[in-house]
Amino acid sequence: MRAKRPDLPGTGTARLAPDMAEAMEARSHAPRAPGAYLALTRDRARTFGGRALIFVLTLGAAMLCALPFILLSGANLAVTAEAFFNGALGSKFAVAETLVQMIPLLIAGLAVAISFHGGLFNIGVEGQLIFGGLVAGVIGAEVNAPPLVLTALCLLGGIAGGAFAALIPALLKAYRGVHEVVTTIMINFIAISVALYAVSPAGPFVSATQPSATEKIPREARLSMIWDGTRLHFGLIIALLTVIGIWWLLYRTPLGFRIRLLGANPGAARASGVSVPRITIATLLISGGLGGLAGAVQVLGVYGRFFDAFSAGYGYDAIAVALLAALSPIAMIISAFFFAMLDSGAVQMQAVAGISREMVGVVSGLVVAFVAIQPAILHLWARLRQKTAQRRDRNITSGDPA
Amino acid sequence: MSAPSVHKAAAIRLTGIDKRFGAVHANRAIDLSVAPGSIHGLLGENGAGKSTLMKILFGMIHADEGRVEIDGTPVAFRSSAEALSAGIGMVQQHFSLIPAFSVVENLIMGRARGSVLSRLTRKLDLKAAAERAQELSDRFGFGIDPLAKVATLSVGARQKVEILKALWGGARTLVLDEPTAALSPPEADELYAVLHRLRSEGTTIVLISHKMPEIMHLCDRVTVLRDGAVVGEAELAGQALDEPAVRQPIEAALVNMMIGRDKPELPERAPLEGPVILDIRGLTDGTRLGPIDLKVHGGEIVAVVGVEGNGQSELVELLMGLRKARDGMIGIDNHNVVDWPTQRRLDAGLAHISEDRHATGVADTMSLIDNASIGFVDGAPFSGSPLSLSQKQRRIFTEVLIEQHKVRTPSPDLPMASLSGGNQQKLVVGRELARAPRLMIAAQPTRGLDIGSTVAVQDALLRLRAEGNAVLLLSLDLNEVFAIADRLVVLRKGRIVGTMQSADFDIDQIGRWMSGAVEHVATKPEETDPQTLEAAS
Repeated sequence: MRAKRPDLPGTGTARLAPDMAEAMEARSHAPRAPGAYLALTRDRARTFGGRALIFVLTLGAAMLCALPFILLSGANLAVTAEAFFNGALGSKFAVAETLVQMIPLLIAGLAVAISFHGGLFNIGVEGQLIFGGLVAGVIGAEVNAPPLVLTALCLLGGIAGGAFAALIPALLKAYRGVHEVVTTIMINFIAISVALYAVSPAGPFVSATQPSATEKIPREARLSMIWDGTRLHFGLIIALLTVIGIWWLLYRTPLGFRIRLLGANPGAARASGVSVPRITIATLLISGGLGGLAGAVQVLGVYGRFFDAFSAGYGYDAIAVALLAALSPIAMIISAFFFAMLDSGAVQMQAVAGISREMVGVVSGLVVAFVAIQPAILHLWARLRQKTAQRRDRNITSGDPA
Repeated sequence: MSAPSVHKAAAIRLTGIDKRFGAVHANRAIDLSVAPGSIHGLLGENGAGKSTLMKILFGMIHADEGRVEIDGTPVAFRSSAEALSAGIGMVQQHFSLIPAFSVVENLIMGRARGSVLSRLTRKLDLKAAAERAQELSDRFGFGIDPLAKVATLSVGARQKVEILKALWGGARTLVLDEPTAALSPPEADELYAVLHRLRSEGTTIVLISHKMPEIMHLCDRVTVLRDGAVVGEAELAGQALDEPAVRQPIEAALVNMMIGRDKPELPERAPLEGPVILDIRGLTDGTRLGPIDLKVHGGEIVAVVGVEGNGQSELVELLMGLRKARDGMIGIDNHNVVDWPTQRRLDAGLAHISEDRHATGVADTMSLIDNASIGFVDGAPFSGSPLSLSQKQRRIFTEVLIEQHKVRTPSPDLPMASLSGGNQQKLVVGRELARAPRLMIAAQPTRGLDIGSTVAVQDALLRLRAEGNAVLLLSLDLNEVFAIADRLVVLRKGRIVGTMQSADFDIDQIGRWMSGAVEHVATKPEETDPQTLEAAS
C-alpha cells in the first residue's frame, strides 16, 4: 500500500505520500546548482523593483494631483516644500514627531492589511482603535497593579477591546453573510459614541479634574521614552515587532496561509478544508485587536490617558497606508512613515505657508484612488503592449518593416 | 435585408473554421451552414468547440483560418456590436439584465445613437419604446409586460427578455446558448413556443444545447461537434419524431456522435479486487442527486459518466463535504464520513482533482509554492506547530512537484496565473497525488491537456489503482473512460441508471442510458454488508 494510514483518520495532519517525502528529503540534501540562488535573488530583486516602482508612481501621481490644490491656495511652492520638509524631517524634534505619528498609522495599517489579505474589508479600524484606547485608558486609570504588569494589562485590554469591537461584524459575516463594510462602519459610530459617553460628565470613567478624559495612568505604567528630549516612545518598538509578527503570521504560519487563501480564492479555500467562518472570524478579530493595540499604544505612549478626541482619524488613514504598501507588512513601514511625514509636515506647512492641514486628507484620498485604479492601469498597459506586438507581427508577416 | 434571390443564401455559412489555443485544437476545419428561417441545433459536450465557434462568428475571437458569410456576404466582425448591426444577436447563457430596471429600460440600454451631446440632451421617450416593446412581445407571443421590473420576473420570463433584447437590436438571426439551462420544464415549454413562433415569422435560430429532447423538439437540422470537429449532421424536419420507433434510433445516433463512436482498445489489466473503500448508500442532497448507492473497491477505477448537469457536480460536492447530504451515508475506509468536515475527509485519505480549476482548485494570484501547499498546511512536513509553516520545505515540495509532473515554469515564486492551463492542471494533479489518497475523485482530470500530459495523468491514476487505492473518475470523454476505468456507472437526472464492467463496455447501451432512450433501467442494488461499517461517528 502506498501510504501508511493514520490510526485515526482526520487527525489534523495532512497526508503526504511517502515517495514524495523521500523525494523531498533527497532534494533537501542535494547540492543546489550555483545558478539557483542567483536566479532566486534575481527574481526577488525584480519583484522588489516592480513593487518599488508602483509605490513611487502611485505616490508621485497622488502628489502631482494634489499640486493644483496647493497652488490654488496661493502659496509659494518653494516655501511650502521647505516648510513641509522642515516640519517632517528638519530637526531631531521633527523626526521624532514624525516617528510618533507613524506608530498608530503603522499598527492600524497592519490591522487593515490583514483583513484585506483575507478578502475582508475592515473599515472599522477607527472604531476599534478608539474602543481599544478607551479600554486601555480605563484599565490604566482604575486598576491597581505593579507598573509593568499594568502596562501589559493595558495593552492586552486594548487588544481585547479592539477585537470586541470587531466581534459583531465578524459573527454577522461568518454566519449570516452580512457585508463587513456595512457593519464595521456602523460599529465605528457605536464605538465612538460609547467612548464619548464613557468620559462625558455623566459617564462612569470621566476624570474628576479633566473633562472628556479618563484619570491619568500612573507615569511608571506608561510607555517609556526612547529618545531624550522628544516624545518618541517605546510604541515604536512595539509597532516594529508587530510588523514582524504579522509578516510571520501571514507568510510563515498555517493560519496566515489560510487567511491569504481565503482572500485569494474562497472556493479553493473551502474545497481544501478551510473552515471559512472560522477563518473569517479569526481574521477580523486579529484585525480588530491590532486596531485596539494601536489605540492602546497611543494612549499609553502619547497622552497618558484616554480622551475622546485622541485619534486624528488614524483608522481611516490606515487604509491608505495599507493600500500604498500593497498590503505588505514590511513595505508598510515606508508608507506609514510617508503619511506620518505628511501629518507632521502639514503642521509646519499650515503655520509657515498657510496651507490647510486638510491637504493631508486630500493626498491620502488620492493615494487610495490611485491604488484602486491600478488594476485598470495595468490592464490598459497590457492591452497596449499586446496591440503593439500585434502590429509588429502584422508588419512582419506583410513584409512591411515600418 | 438580403436581396431576394432564386437560391436562398444560407443565413450563416462558416467554411473551414480552424482555431488553436496553444496545444488545444478548439475548432478543426468546421463547415456549418444554417438555412434561413430554420432552427439549427448545435450539439456537443462542453469543450467540443461550440462556444469557440460562436465567438468566432461574433468576432469576439479570430479564427486562424476559415470564412464567415452572412446572407451570402463574407464578413469579418471585429466586435459583437458589428455582428448585431449585421442582424445577428446572441443570447448568452448568463443573464445580462439589470434586475432593478424595467424590461423596456433594459431593452434600450446601450442602444443610444448620435453624439454625446445629443444623447445627453435628448428626451428619453420611454413611452414610445414601451409601445414598440409591447408590439414585439405581442407579435412573437412573449407575453411580457414592458413596464415590469426585471427583478419581479421569473427566470423563464427573463430568458424571454434576453431574446427580446436581441430582437430589439434588429437581430434576424439568433444564437441561443443553452437557453433552458436554468428553466423549469413548464418555462422551457413556453420558451419553445416562442422559438417556434419566431421561426414562423422568419427568424433564423442557432440553438446550442446538450439536451436531447430539446433538440428533437425544436430543431430542423442538427450539427454535432466533438473535439472541435463536425462529426455528423442530421435532418430532423419532416421526421415523424412523435413515433418512438423513429425518434429513438436518431437520438441514440446523435448521442453516439456526441460522445464518440470509436470502439475502444481495452488495455490488458489484471482485476484487483481490494476491500471496499468508498461505500455510498442512499445518498441524496434532496434536490439534484440521488438517492444513489455506489461502491468502489481498492484497486478499482469507477467512472461516472453522463451528460453534463445530471448530478455529477453534486456528487463530487457531497463527497467532498461541500454540500450537505439530506440523507444517506458515505463510507470511506469503513468510516461514515457524511457528517465530517472537508478537512477531516482530506486527512482521512480523500483527494480531489477539481472540475473547475479556477473556482475551487487554484488561487491565481498566489504563487506556485502557495498553490502547491493548498491542503498541506497542517502538520509535518510543512508545519511543526501552529506557529510555523516552513517556507523551505514548501519550496522543495513545489520544486519536486514541478520536476515530477513536468510543469513548465521559470520559477516556483511566480503567480499561478502566469502558467498555461495545462501546466496549472499538472501542478494540481501532482498536488492531489501527493496526498497519498485512498480515494481519488478525479473530475475531468485531463480536460485541456495535451496528449503527453493526458497520458501522464492517466498513468498516475492507474498507478494509484495498482497500489490498491480507489479512483472515482468523472469524465465526459468516453475514450478516457474506456482506457482506464474498470467499471462505469451512468448518471441521469441524479440517479444511477446503468452500470457496466469494462469487459462489457458497450457504447450503444451507454448512449441509450445517457440519453434516456431506455427510461430508468432498474439496477440491481449492490449487495450491502452492514458489518463493514462502523456506526457513524
